[in-house]
Amino acid sequence: MTQARTIIETRELTKRYGDIVAVDSLNLSIRQGEVFGLLGPNGAGKTTTTLMLLGLTEPTSGSAYIEGHNCTREPIAVKKLVGYLPDNVGFYGDMTGRENLRFTGQLNGMRGPELEKRIDQLLERVGMTHAADRKAGTYSRGMKQRLGIADVLIKNPSIVIMDEPTLGIDPEGMWELLQIIRELAEQDGRTVLISSHQLYQVQQVCDRVGIFVKGKLIACGGIKDLANQLQAESGYSLELEVVPNDSKLENLLKSMPGVDEVTREGERFLIHSSQDIRGNVTQIAAEHGYSLQYLRHRGGDLDEIYRRYFEKAGEQQHGRESGPRKTGNILQRMGRRKGQ
Amino acid sequence: MGALYRKELADHLNSPRFILIFCLLIVTSVASFFGAINGIQNLSADNKNFLFLKLFTTGGSAIPSFASFLGFLGPLVGLTLGFDAINRERSQGTLNRLVAQPIYRDAIINGKFLAGATAVAVIVYSIGLFFCGASLLRTGLTFNGEELVRILVFLTFSIVYINFWLGLAIFFSVLSRHAATSALAGIAVWLFFAFFMSLVAKAVADALFPINNLIQAANNMVKNYSCNLVLNRISPYYLFSEAISTILDPSVRSIGIVTSEQLSGAIVGYLPLGQSLLLVWPHLAGLIALMLASFAASYICFMRQEIRA
Repeated sequence: MTQARTIIETRELTKRYGDIVAVDSLNLSIRQGEVFGLLGPNGAGKTTTTLMLLGLTEPTSGSAYIEGHNCTREPIAVKKLVGYLPDNVGFYGDMTGRENLRFTGQLNGMRGPELEKRIDQLLERVGMTHAADRKAGTYSRGMKQRLGIADVLIKNPSIVIMDEPTLGIDPEGMWELLQIIRELAEQDGRTVLISSHQLYQVQQVCDRVGIFVKGKLIACGGIKDLANQLQAESGYSLELEVVPNDSKLENLLKSMPGVDEVTREGERFLIHSSQDIRGNVTQIAAEHGYSLQYLRHRGGDLDEIYRRYFEKAGEQQHGRESGPRKTGNILQRMGRRKGQ
Repeated sequence: MGALYRKELADHLNSPRFILIFCLLIVTSVASFFGAINGIQNLSADNKNFLFLKLFTTGGSAIPSFASFLGFLGPLVGLTLGFDAINRERSQGTLNRLVAQPIYRDAIINGKFLAGATAVAVIVYSIGLFFCGASLLRTGLTFNGEELVRILVFLTFSIVYINFWLGLAIFFSVLSRHAATSALAGIAVWLFFAFFMSLVAKAVADALFPINNLIQAANNMVKNYSCNLVLNRISPYYLFSEAISTILDPSVRSIGIVTSEQLSGAIVGYLPLGQSLLLVWPHLAGLIALMLASFAASYICFMRQEIRA
């Protein structure tokens, strides 16, 4: 792996709108050729960050660099390198898809047969050749998204930034989209930055993710690393369902070494512990005549990681305001959300 | 910026609204042409110099002249071409795609204004020359070199005047999120200057320098009139009307107040072209300044604006 070169870097990047801090001292570095997912709820500052990377919004303080170009001072150099797919991408409705692409090509200083050839290739690649000569006003959302990707690729960018690319796309379109994103990184060697709040989809394609809450990057790394980090910090959570379902087991579980807390979530128990107790639990259940219906280790998938980090961020926020909360509260809240 | 300019111009020339406003102007110029032919027959025999120019400024019994039509409908042309320049890009989501391309941000608004100005020039020159051609064919009157130059100067004035409204329309389109809001704002300004500015100017002048009796009249007459005139000249509509009536009518020797002493001994005659131009030079400067100011306002607003969906 010789691709460890950092291509996007931000240093203490901060943006304030009046009293509201949209992005708070963001330090981020993204390596060449990786797919990086910037994840966070709506209003976390993801779009503001991408706009600052493109030089479209001026940071209040701090700086961002792409390939050594300062994003605020050399926006033209940056925009030559970066393709940007905004959320809710739009096209000129009275021009055909092909004309829209041609216009973008011309804005990037391309002309003539070379441009036409590139347009044809890209339309083929995103599967839009059949609709290329229809007016863009008649396109569906998924088609617009695909045309948007072709539009981004016209200038042959080494970095692609996508803002909520998976929003409002049907499952099949989603699969194709993710396929294309993966291709961009693996075949073309482009660096891809995706900002999104849709975790599962993004989880499938990202090499690394950054979790972004209220303008702060609270975690950053590979998905596995994040899971391990969380477990080391806040212990293990185990979901358990047994037949018969009675409260005797609850007491048994509570008396096990390493178990901090046992709560009920409907049919299931949620066991919070400081170490991995899966082996012990199955053993105890078997010894006392329970048959195991369901056993799952929480925290392995991105959704869980994401939620736990949100809890942590919320906790810190509340901690500052009203003192620390009980862990039980968090677990209850988590349980309620799970039930939804 | 070349690509942007070409695209915007193509958009204008292909858009239904461009064709609509063009047809509207053709219809009104035909109407004013027949009005002018009727009106010109009633002129006295000693007033037959520069007849071709009179076709532009003479109206029929109920129909205004071509020049006043252009003064009145010109703003509509500018507003139509510019009222959704920026906010349409915003609402259809193309603006953030556009600004992510490696072009300077001002290229967008420059391209839009220049393309609009070109479309305006196309409209004004073709309508003006259409009117000339129709006059040549229908009346058999011919024009000499001076008349031709006066007509071209008049058309150029119109372009500057309409471009002021174009700039204003683009300014409103930068400010407001909805195309309807910016269109209404533009129309409000247009109607205010076309209809109400003269009333406001008169009311202010009368309040400051009342003329209710002979003594007040003796003291305030001149002040009242100049105050009224100065206020009226704020309005681009008035400025334009005053300028073109001087350009198209060589018998206009002065604008503003002339005392009888100044007139005594003056020889009645026509002003040469150069002198007419000298008379309206400040008007041209004023109109160009207004045009640049309206464009500069939209330019500054656009450059400082956040690009967000």
